[in-house]
Amino acid sequence: MGVITDTSWMIGGPQGSGVDSSATLFARSMAVAGYWVYGKREYHSNIKGAHSYFHLRVKTTPVRSHIDPIHLLSTFEDSTAEIHAHEIVAGGALIYDPSVTKPETLEMDASVKLFPIEFETIIRDLAEELGKPAAKLAIVKNTIAVAASLALYGVGLDVLEEALKGLFRGKKAGLVGVNLAAGKKAYQVIQSVEGWDTFAYRLAPQTNKPEPNSRLLMNGAAACGIGKLKAGCRFQTYYSITPAVDECIWLEQQTEYGIVVYQAEDEIASINMANGAAYTGARTSTATSGPGFCLKAEGIGWAGMNEVPTVITNYQRGGPSTGLPTRNEQGDLLFALNIGHGDFPRIVVASGDMEECFEDGFNAFNFAERYQTPTILLIDKALANSTQTIPKFAEKHLRIDRGQIVGAPESFNPEDPATGLPKFNRFKVTESGISPRSLPGTPGRIHFLTGDEHTEYGVITEKPEIRIAMMDKRDRKLHTAAREIPQDLQFKLYGPEQADITIVGWGSSKGIIIDALDELKAQGVTANYLHIRLMSPFPAEKVAEILTNAKKTMIIESNFSNQLAKVIKMETGITIPHHVAKYTGRPISQCEAVSAVQEVLTKNSRKVMLSCGH
Amino acid sequence: MATKQQQLPTLATKVKPFQLKSEKPIDWCPGCGDFGIVNAVQQAVSELGLVPWKVNFFTGIGCSGKSSQYLQAYGVHTLHGRVLPYALGSKIVNPDNVVLAAGGDGDGYGIGGGHFLHAGRRNVDITYIVFNNEVYGLTKGQASPTLEVGMQPKSLALPHISQSINPLALAIAAGYTFVARSYSFDAKHLKQTIMAAIEHRGISLVDVHQPCPTYNDLHPKEYYSEKVIENGTEMPRVYYLDDTDYNGVVADSTDAEAVNAKKIEAIERAYKREERIALGVYWKIDMPTYEDRLQSVIPALQGTSPITIPFHDEDMIPTTDLSYAYEEFLV
Repeated sequence: MGVITDTSWMIGGPQGSGVDSSATLFARSMAVAGYWVYGKREYHSNIKGAHSYFHLRVKTTPVRSHIDPIHLLSTFEDSTAEIHAHEIVAGGALIYDPSVTKPETLEMDASVKLFPIEFETIIRDLAEELGKPAAKLAIVKNTIAVAASLALYGVGLDVLEEALKGLFRGKKAGLVGVNLAAGKKAYQVIQSVEGWDTFAYRLAPQTNKPEPNSRLLMNGAAACGIGKLKAGCRFQTYYSITPAVDECIWLEQQTEYGIVVYQAEDEIASINMANGAAYTGARTSTATSGPGFCLKAEGIGWAGMNEVPTVITNYQRGGPSTGLPTRNEQGDLLFALNIGHGDFPRIVVASGDMEECFEDGFNAFNFAERYQTPTILLIDKALANSTQTIPKFAEKHLRIDRGQIVGAPESFNPEDPATGLPKFNRFKVTESGISPRSLPGTPGRIHFLTGDEHTEYGVITEKPEIRIAMMDKRDRKLHTAAREIPQDLQFKLYGPEQADITIVGWGSSKGIIIDALDELKAQGVTANYLHIRLMSPFPAEKVAEILTNAKKTMIIESNFSNQLAKVIKMETGITIPHHVAKYTGRPISQCEAVSAVQEVLTKNSRKVMLSCGH
Repeated sequence: MATKQQQLPTLATKVKPFQLKSEKPIDWCPGCGDFGIVNAVQQAVSELGLVPWKVNFFTGIGCSGKSSQYLQAYGVHTLHGRVLPYALGSKIVNPDNVVLAAGGDGDGYGIGGGHFLHAGRRNVDITYIVFNNEVYGLTKGQASPTLEVGMQPKSLALPHISQSINPLALAIAAGYTFVARSYSFDAKHLKQTIMAAIEHRGISLVDVHQPCPTYNDLHPKEYYSEKVIENGTEMPRVYYLDDTDYNGVVADSTDAEAVNAKKIEAIERAYKREERIALGVYWKIDMPTYEDRLQSVIPALQGTSPITIPFHDEDMIPTTDLSYAYEEFLV
């Protein structure tokens, strides 16, 4: 009887058929059982019908990436088996509905174990027992597919019950009973198949079980949203776009916190409303994805020119144009670093995992307000839509930094309105480049804002000497930021200091490469990972130092042209000689990362192109 | 939902209009209609006794866009066509400020047309003044969306072959709750109209006819002051709705049928074909504002506003308790 500590499970089906809820139930169950889970969601730009799937990995230790082979494929309709059966490993298993799937017609390893489940029969029996019409119970198909999987993995029914209770709360609590009853029947069916308990990928029981409710099962969009809430974000604007809309809708549901989420008429309105609100003094952000980000360019430039602390979250998806609307890509880095015409400072941060999504969502407002400049967060779709079990976020170290905000001057006398009228040099030229800011409504601090070049008081000017002073002043803020932002928020080297190869990456590559380091080590390769998080101001000096001291360097990115490699070249003059790129819109797997490193080491390949995943 | 009374931040001692002039020298052409509008804004703010530092004046781009530099208040010169998003964002997070927005006809009805339309639906409590001179002056006189088909001001190479929009009818249809027209050199009427717009609780549009002495030779100041023959009688070009039997004010906003009938009447009035120009309030209705509706769906905002809800203590430690947000994710 095989027992393993790391398994890969998939469920698929037409969009709108409950694939997501099945995956959530499965992930929750595994989390309740004490395991660690990482799941990636793949879907088409379609409401109903197109094939979508959820690929989950379950481990006894924390997990941050997926692997390509499938150990157990769970299906309740015909398309998923046809598309994915060939990915099931030898000795793996297929759960299927014999009325729609004929295993003999599938391209599949002969050793795959078959577990037919007559979904319709189970539902009909259940309907009779409960005295309900069968049509109303069709949705429990998802629970049956999940319960059957849990049975095979050796996870108890009590776990399913607990997970169902967690999922169906409040008004939905009534749904626990029927789903549990369906689940029981699924367990019975599986346990009636000969050899069910010798499934090669049966999971080892979790011995080191985390405390119940000590962890979160969360995706990157919500993690960033939670960070924004903690930061005191009170206004978030958006225009409906995949995948940014997930964060916005989640935030809108958090009515306890008094945050206003505003669905604007377009992307241009949403950035400019955000600028208006941020200038007024509310912590404000807007969220978007590629096409919408393009439309925000002029507004971001305005915020740069007027030193307004607007936060922009850009959820990266496949580009250019509408591109791959629901798929992953790290294709907006160069654009984010250059968005808007002319030169102005901007802070650009790329989050690498759920914890970084949370922290960056929080810190973005501190950066924006301290340096009074637009702050762009880049989050990959692969993080936004992936589900992961993580420890609860650390919050104790967090502090709010609102930068320099001034109130009424001492000369203001409420009895004499004239004392409230003097102008204020909002754009005072300072050594740090940062000028004290007053919020509208403050007496004695009246000033102007304008996208035109302006004086210290915000008055339009075209005088060359003021132009020079102001451009220099704004630019100095970036140098101040580079000095002040803590190094561990800028970049981090994971793994041993000295290694055979140093892998460079950013964004969602982080989890994949960190998971890959262990596997490489087992294969006798010492590798370390340089994760870059702060893209502007870029930590050029330190990055150059690490790269110069590295034995061999390579870069892994999910984009066509290896954009980070270009940034590194531009900022440090260093050429990273080995490029690994993936631009199919599917996230890189741990397996792909490992084999890419091996290929670079053994064949010295200059360019490795990855393409795994449907 | 019941409508509330307007509460404006006012001073015990009003500031004088001259105190509201900024030091920035005005660089409009001599005879420009913009002067009249900026003067009227200064007078309206003075006469209403508004607290100047609580007045936030947002403007678009173009000649009119510079207006925010000429009022001694918090002034924001935004982007071309984007004045309304800025004004709305600002007012929603801090409803205690008085938010004024202004821009040209090209800025508001052209490049900002989408925002103009959708601002009506929201009914955020702001006042929007449009400088309507039928041309894009700062780029040397191209046709704006209000230039009628067939017209050819001297700066156009060919007669204009696109139809014009009717901003008043458009605003009424879009949901603006106060829609008025005035004229830049009718100082008294313009000042009073702007005051009424500020006092109105909800989104107000004041469309102001103005000459562009440099590029619109079809409608100079003389055009507005000349007499026209109506029914065989010589009459002034510009007249007031208040002197007619038309009344655009909705008496009871809860009577849906009456509101609808009045709306149709107002749009019809806005489309009236005549040689003369009628100034005044075409449409006014008291409705719950966006801020009111926000409070009805987000209880945490009741009696407060987004900008005033605290999120840190004196030591800058964040005070937001995430347990409510965490609940759905705990495993």
